[in-house]
Amino acid sequence: MTTVNATATASTAPEGGGLGWALADSWTMTRRELARWARQPVQVVVGLVFPVMLLLMFGFLIGGGRGIEGAYVEFLVPGMLALTMAFGLESTMLAVTQDLNKGVVDRFRSMPMASSAVLVGRSVADMLQSALGLAVLIGVGYAIGWRWHGGPADFLAAVGLLLLFRFAMLWIGIQLAMVAGRPEMVQAVQILVWPVGFLSNAIATPESMPGWLGAVVEWNPMSATATAVRDLFGTPGGGAGATAGSWAAEHAGTLAVLWPVALLALFFPLAVRRFGRLSR
Amino acid sequence: MTDVTDVIVVAGARKRYGEKRALDGFDLTVERGTVHGVLGPNGAGKTTAVRILTTLLRPDEGLVRVAGLDVRTRAREVRRRIGLLGQHAALDEDLSGRQNLEMFGRLYHLGARRAGERADELLERFGLADTGRKAVKQYSGGMRRRLDLAASLITDPEVLFLDEPTTGLDPRGRAEVWSAVRSLVGGGTTVLLTTQYLEEADQLADRISVVDSGRVIAEGTADELKARIGGDRIDVVLRDADRLADGARALARTTGTYAVSTDVDRRLLSAPVADRMAALTETVGALHVEGIEAEDIALRRPTLDEVFLRLTGKGGAAPRDQREVTA
Repeated sequence: MTTVNATATASTAPEGGGLGWALADSWTMTRRELARWARQPVQVVVGLVFPVMLLLMFGFLIGGGRGIEGAYVEFLVPGMLALTMAFGLESTMLAVTQDLNKGVVDRFRSMPMASSAVLVGRSVADMLQSALGLAVLIGVGYAIGWRWHGGPADFLAAVGLLLLFRFAMLWIGIQLAMVAGRPEMVQAVQILVWPVGFLSNAIATPESMPGWLGAVVEWNPMSATATAVRDLFGTPGGGAGATAGSWAAEHAGTLAVLWPVALLALFFPLAVRRFGRLSR
Repeated sequence: MTDVTDVIVVAGARKRYGEKRALDGFDLTVERGTVHGVLGPNGAGKTTAVRILTTLLRPDEGLVRVAGLDVRTRAREVRRRIGLLGQHAALDEDLSGRQNLEMFGRLYHLGARRAGERADELLERFGLADTGRKAVKQYSGGMRRRLDLAASLITDPEVLFLDEPTTGLDPRGRAEVWSAVRSLVGGGTTVLLTTQYLEEADQLADRISVVDSGRVIAEGTADELKARIGGDRIDVVLRDADRLADGARALARTTGTYAVSTDVDRRLLSAPVADRMAALTETVGALHVEGIEAEDIALRRPTLDEVFLRLTGKGGAAPRDQREVTA
């Protein structure tokens, strides 16, 4: 005990604050997630393989019979990219729910760290994971015959739109975790994400659906992202110009920006406020 | 004005959740360098009090000061001076013990190098040096609790809050935590400890506040409280219910009290005792002389139920403390 007491003064938390520490704390929280990946490589790989599995399943099992011009794979890959971003919602929600239930967030909040770092660290880590997921999926897509026909700027814009959509899903996930807050609720959301994800043009065109369903599908924010990405990739028969010409489909590029921005404008302040109100 | 030696001062704190009053005029004063026990049943408001003192919750009203700082207006400064061991392990289960401590050290802004050194010091001190690289989810309950305690000591806090530190631990884990807490007190840390176990408060705390329904209903040293609520008891279960009256007379004689209670259904006699060993040997002898057969004779501490019964005049919802000394 005596040796420990001798070092006591050296380990007292220094005074101060400000942006520098907020950044340092956010980086520490991001590192925490990276360290978790390093300790659980199997889980990370499974997370990356799952969308690849879906892509291969749809592409080869049911792809052949779809009435879409060009290779179905060209149509499917951008859809699966958008769908993977949408499914990111549940992984964010699961991670935040686990943190809240395990009491580790209580420790963070009882420490003199920047409270924003908890959410910022989560965001950075989830976005890194999603970027990695996109890279893997694009690689596999390329291997099974998907190509982009535009320039590099278009390609980067498409990736940007996908990540913007993921960023909106991230904040919805954080907010849902804080509102619902229990592991059972995560399961409910994990199930509900499927119909919402598939009620889009990710795997089939709205024209192939009954009219009312087609309308729902076209207005799904995910469909806007998928269509805009197909446009930027120059997917044959997949972009806004090639679809039946509803307003939502023709303005997919605009909607692919507006939808995530609107969702962020709603859920970002809600989540930040909710986090601050954990002390109520 | 409050005395400068009072590290924790709570006066008239209230916190309600809808209709439920979690804290209803809670008062507490803890002197520097002491261990203060907050004893009460589930739902008495112990955890709410700790969460307010550690800036996790804001009180609706009342004065709450830690290390002379108002927890509402100077939360960040309070956080720099406290450590918290909550009811649930506040650790990242997927990381190793060392990674956890290093992360918390960085978040206390010790700097990367110092955070690593501090993690190693604490692992050594809490006997976790060998398991420091293992994931926390592989730890036993007692090890996890020790690591949690280590995490709350990264900056050698002025005030350490322990919220039911041994709930859910087996006797060995409990002993580990108790000895760790005792070693801290030598270093001058002020400790606030909540517990449901009278024995735990008795073992660790200099002073004890008994709480019920969001307020303190009694406060004092363990001896003062015991004097108020009565000390140990002797329980005798007879083989033959017909001999209960004879047994009660014998017990009244050997314990020197008229306060022998009789439970006919359980064939149980119970009486308060002053001198434990004398009461036990004399009672065994007296029963033998009278030819009264006993199935069981036990000395025991008052249960938390009995403490509450005596302090509030109503039964508490506390778990029965069944660690008996059986003769």
